[in-house]
Amino acid sequence: MHFLDFEKPVAELESKIEELRHLSDADGMNIAEEVGRLQQKVEKQLRAVYAKLTPWQKTQVARHPERPHCLDYIKALFTDVTPLAGDRLYGEDQAIVGGLARFRGQAVVVMGQEKGHDTDTRLRHNFGMAMPEGYRKAQRLMDLADRFRLPVLTLVDTAGAYPGVGAEERGQAEAIARTIQAGLNLRVPMITCVIGEGGSGGAIAIATGNVVMMLEHAIYSVISPEGCASILWRSGEMAQQAAEALRLTAQDLLEFKVIDEVIPEPLGGAHRDRHAMFEQLGAAFEGHLRELTPVEGGVLRARRREKFLRMGREGLN
Amino acid sequence: MNWLTTFVRPKIRSLVGSKEVPENLWRKCPACDHMLFHKELEKSWQVCSHCGHHMRLPVRKRLELLFDGGTWTPIELPPIPQDPLKFKDLKRYSDRMKEAQAKTGEKEAIIVAHGWLMGIPVVVAAFDFSFMGGSMGMAVGEGLVAAAELAVLQRASLIVIPASGGARMQEGILSLMQMARTTVAVQRVKDAGLPYMVLLTDPTTGGVTASFAMLGDIAISEPGAVIGFAGARVIQNTIRETLPDGFQRAEYLRDHGMVDLVVNRADLKATLGRILSILLRRDPPAEVLALSLDADSGRSGTRATPPAGDVEEAARRDGQAEAHDEAEPEEDEA
Repeated sequence: MHFLDFEKPVAELESKIEELRHLSDADGMNIAEEVGRLQQKVEKQLRAVYAKLTPWQKTQVARHPERPHCLDYIKALFTDVTPLAGDRLYGEDQAIVGGLARFRGQAVVVMGQEKGHDTDTRLRHNFGMAMPEGYRKAQRLMDLADRFRLPVLTLVDTAGAYPGVGAEERGQAEAIARTIQAGLNLRVPMITCVIGEGGSGGAIAIATGNVVMMLEHAIYSVISPEGCASILWRSGEMAQQAAEALRLTAQDLLEFKVIDEVIPEPLGGAHRDRHAMFEQLGAAFEGHLRELTPVEGGVLRARRREKFLRMGREGLN
Repeated sequence: MNWLTTFVRPKIRSLVGSKEVPENLWRKCPACDHMLFHKELEKSWQVCSHCGHHMRLPVRKRLELLFDGGTWTPIELPPIPQDPLKFKDLKRYSDRMKEAQAKTGEKEAIIVAHGWLMGIPVVVAAFDFSFMGGSMGMAVGEGLVAAAELAVLQRASLIVIPASGGARMQEGILSLMQMARTTVAVQRVKDAGLPYMVLLTDPTTGGVTASFAMLGDIAISEPGAVIGFAGARVIQNTIRETLPDGFQRAEYLRDHGMVDLVVNRADLKATLGRILSILLRRDPPAEVLALSLDADSGRSGTRATPPAGDVEEAARRDGQAEAHDEAEPEEDEA
């Protein structure tokens, strides 16, 4: 297990438990009682630490290398998964994955940014930083969903759209803009969850849902804390302060009414109990789908537009 | 240096006395280093008469350039929540706002106005780059929404003129949401069957480019304008290679299929008028002259800038390769 800096006390306890287990294996001693006691301590520690994570700590949890990523959720929650590839214009970008699938029996289109979990997959998925091709594939999938009346489920997890020469030449800005437009124009339910990092324009491109949820320790921001710090503080080392100032936690966004729901994570973050996390998000998707599926297409579109149009004028509260 | 700097400028100084000569009487063209007299620059709408370089045009000058008779009716923008994050970096956001307001005399980084362009009713939403880098927060989003609503109400064409570094970080996620919000706004104009034109000016980057600015029915840009999503420095730090020549400039975007036309400032109005008149299936446009007597100063490049020899002519012709039918007969009747 990869431990974050602020998880040090937990890490120590867990290594003690591990040692004891080895001892008991070797000597046949019964130390169950001691292990149980230590495990309670671990839980207490985790509860204490995770109850008051700072925005910067949440940023680290959201980027935790063992945090479940888009494809993990797709594998766990969907059946008949049929990935679709390519934007029919230039290429195939695996930073955004998606396709046709069934969610608890219901035919849907699912898509999201995939960061990868080891060197191989990280490179294949370009660390979840999409090119214009990725966004144009997303548009294609949205159009498909619209034509065949399939709800769209999106899983957002990206540091941002890829900043590169090719991406600019092929119209990164235009690709993102059109994807936002495509999402807002859908006449089918669109349900979004930010599962890790919601990085700026690259994230909102596929985050224009009728319902937008965030996992408890996910972040969603106009700019990364590091980027913000280097511009406004002129020092990347002020990222911690920038994370505070940006108000990028799920709890902040709920308060601003930018998102509709915060999905609780298992104790110690999604990576500590993946299956519980999958279940939790699955239940949330199911609830919203049940509610939105009967709603007429034009109404879905109008409501979605209204919802985003409100973010500013009537403001907050 | 040329004789202007070495001879004329000191001479003027000695004549008038240094105290009375404001530093900004002469400006050096950032592209060709030519010294330009401020009155000449004003007449040419901040375009270098020597090399044709387009400097940034203040937002109100921009409106004067485009609206018939140089007059327009501004609309008051509804109040929006101030400083929702209580944001503070090295300075408070509220203080930065006050400074920007004091410096520019404007309330926010956008002006929304309606009037006529070559006799065609238009609503214009123009960004003010000098106001916090034209960054888009809730108020700017509101300006675009209001402009779109007004255009639909008046059955007028919408022209948006971004000049922006992107989303306003100090409003955090709420500034990011303006990307979706402004996209809804311009969609309404499109749904109403009205033209939505975007005039990309220097610079247009970040979240502004990645939303309404790239969704125009027609995208026009000024020569040399920087237009892009990611900042050049960010890209350089990511790829660690030198960037291609002219990267993210208007001409580069046109060559990569991202904008329709690169048009010289002097021809902008005529070009916009011509396009709108065709989209709207109207007769060739005729400017409705208002009270102002020198209203024609921005209409044609040949009159806006005094002839200054072959070099300048050639430079201008080069820049105008994409708008070669500038000698439109109809733009001159009034």
